[in-house]
Amino acid sequence: MKAFEYARAADPADAVARFRPGAMYLGGGTNLVDLMRLGVAEPGALVDVSRLPLGGVEPDGDGLRIGAAVRNSELAAHPLVRERYPVLARAVLAGASGQVRNMATVAGNLLQRTRCPYFQDVSKPCNKRQPGSGCPAIGGDHANLAVLGHSRACVATHPSDMAVALAALDARVHITGPGGDRVLAMPGLHRLPGDEPHRDTRLEPGELITAVALPAPPPGASHYRKVRERASFAFALVSIAAVLDVGADGTVADCRIALGGVAHVPWRAFHAEQALRGSRAGEDAFVRAAEAEMAEAVPLPRNAYKVPLARNLIVRTLLELAP
Amino acid sequence: MEITLQVNGVRRPVDVDPRVSLLDLLRERLGLTGSKKGCDHGQCGACTVLIDGRRVLACLALAVAQEGAEITTVEGLASGERLHPLQAAFIEHDAFQCGYCTPGQLCSAVGMLAEGGPSAVTEELAGEPELTAEEIRERMSGNLCRCGAYPNIVTAIAEVGA
Ligand SMILES: Cc1cc2nc3c(=O)[nH]c(=O)nc-3n(C[C@H](O)[C@H](O)[C@H](O)COP(=O)(O)OP(=O)(O)OC[C@H]3O[C@@H](n4cnc5c(N)ncnc54)[C@H](O)[C@@H]3O)c2cc1C
Ligand code: SF4
Ligand code: FES
Ligand code: FES
Repeated sequence: MKAFEYARAADPADAVARFRPGAMYLGGGTNLVDLMRLGVAEPGALVDVSRLPLGGVEPDGDGLRIGAAVRNSELAAHPLVRERYPVLARAVLAGASGQVRNMATVAGNLLQRTRCPYFQDVSKPCNKRQPGSGCPAIGGDHANLAVLGHSRACVATHPSDMAVALAALDARVHITGPGGDRVLAMPGLHRLPGDEPHRDTRLEPGELITAVALPAPPPGASHYRKVRERASFAFALVSIAAVLDVGADGTVADCRIALGGVAHVPWRAFHAEQALRGSRAGEDAFVRAAEAEMAEAVPLPRNAYKVPLARNLIVRTLLELAP
Repeated sequence: MEITLQVNGVRRPVDVDPRVSLLDLLRERLGLTGSKKGCDHGQCGACTVLIDGRRVLACLALAVAQEGAEITTVEGLASGERLHPLQAAFIEHDAFQCGYCTPGQLCSAVGMLAEGGPSAVTEELAGEPELTAEEIRERMSGNLCRCGAYPNIVTAIAEVGA
């Protein structure tokens, strides 16, 4: 591991003031320390923001405010999250292990990097790690990579479960930085790879996530389902966060669907949602919606299985949620 | 950098390079070799210790970031000659073969039993779920055992958790 300086920030302003080119913020370290050990990340300085006084999980009008340093385990166990945003609690609990969730912060979870095998192996080229070096995944091992929204430069997926639920819930990410404060709406924090796959998000250097705010919970029933290669402690092949509200007349009044494991971003299924709203809840409509979304998919030779998997996952989850 | 940790109840001031993980500090500087290095990437749980009572992975924790923390390793679970109930249950139920994963299993189980709340397999998010074998397996999924001692590990934990 390359040598670096370490400093613990006292408050958000102190963290931003300590940030300089080549530095990185440190949350729970569960992704960053690993990437540093692999030689993928080589920060010259770490500014520890894991104990910043950014607040816990608190009611915020009819929504919720979650401090960026809240640990994943604390978030999932919080009574307000369990009661009002069960899809978020479920998504967090579906990720990683008890130990990792105890360490991982909300901001760190959002900003964790792809699990693409070439990205993590410094002996291989990779446009995300080393812009312009190429993408060996396209002609190689991409079995768990993207089928939607990818580019010729990069086909990586974003690995977070939590981010999928936050994208479905219209979360807003509060940011402070050298240029002042701003808010990015989810989905929208993360970006598609295009020809700049080294940029995972819309954050600028030195910008610090301070909180995630949730609007009032959407009406309806919700669920998070995750398909993976073993029953626990594995990243998603495909996952879904879905909220479905069916009116008394049997038509879909509102719905939110986001997919994980299929794209460089937590993928909000706007086409499926649009197809669903106002239609009669039932298998026909659910199949049409799922197909509307997956029509855009461009699978690679070894990950084509994800297209029917995502389609079936959408249909099955909606069937479970329908009254 | 100079930091002070409380390790198994003893104050330990140390001077560490920021690159040193808590695991390497414990094993190589403080002589506490109970915590094991299985993967050094967060994937096996062999390095599990308790920080302020919560189970974490010592391989992904930077030592410098733990200033002031209270750390409990497997060496700190027993009280003198009296084994921790989980240690006794692991022996009673033959919950290990080679023993390499055992310190991590023990620390993880101690932390897990203190956690409560729902898990990924809990049906109802609201209440406190009963600690069934299925719940134990899910909650302990961050601790791998190459010897496959899982059934007896679950039995030992279930006995203490009951
Ligand atoms: C074995 C293993 C299995 C896993 N399985 C899953 C899984 O199934 N599902 C899943 O979703 N995740 C999984 N994870 C990933 C885990 O959820 C992430 O590593 C964790 O959420 C990252 O949070 P952290 O606080 O440790 O971040 P860190 O590692 O500290 O940081 C991650 C990134 O965020 C930046 N950062 C941190 N805080 C801030 C801030 N406040 N503002 C701006 N930037 C910040 C850092 O600079 C860094 O770039 C797994 C991890 C491991 C090790
Ligand atoms: S898919 Fe993206 S992260 Fe993976 S090798 Fe290609 S450029 Fe790198
Ligand atoms: S050595 Fe820490 S998880 Fe494997
Ligand atoms: S007893 Fe050998 S690895 Fe678990």
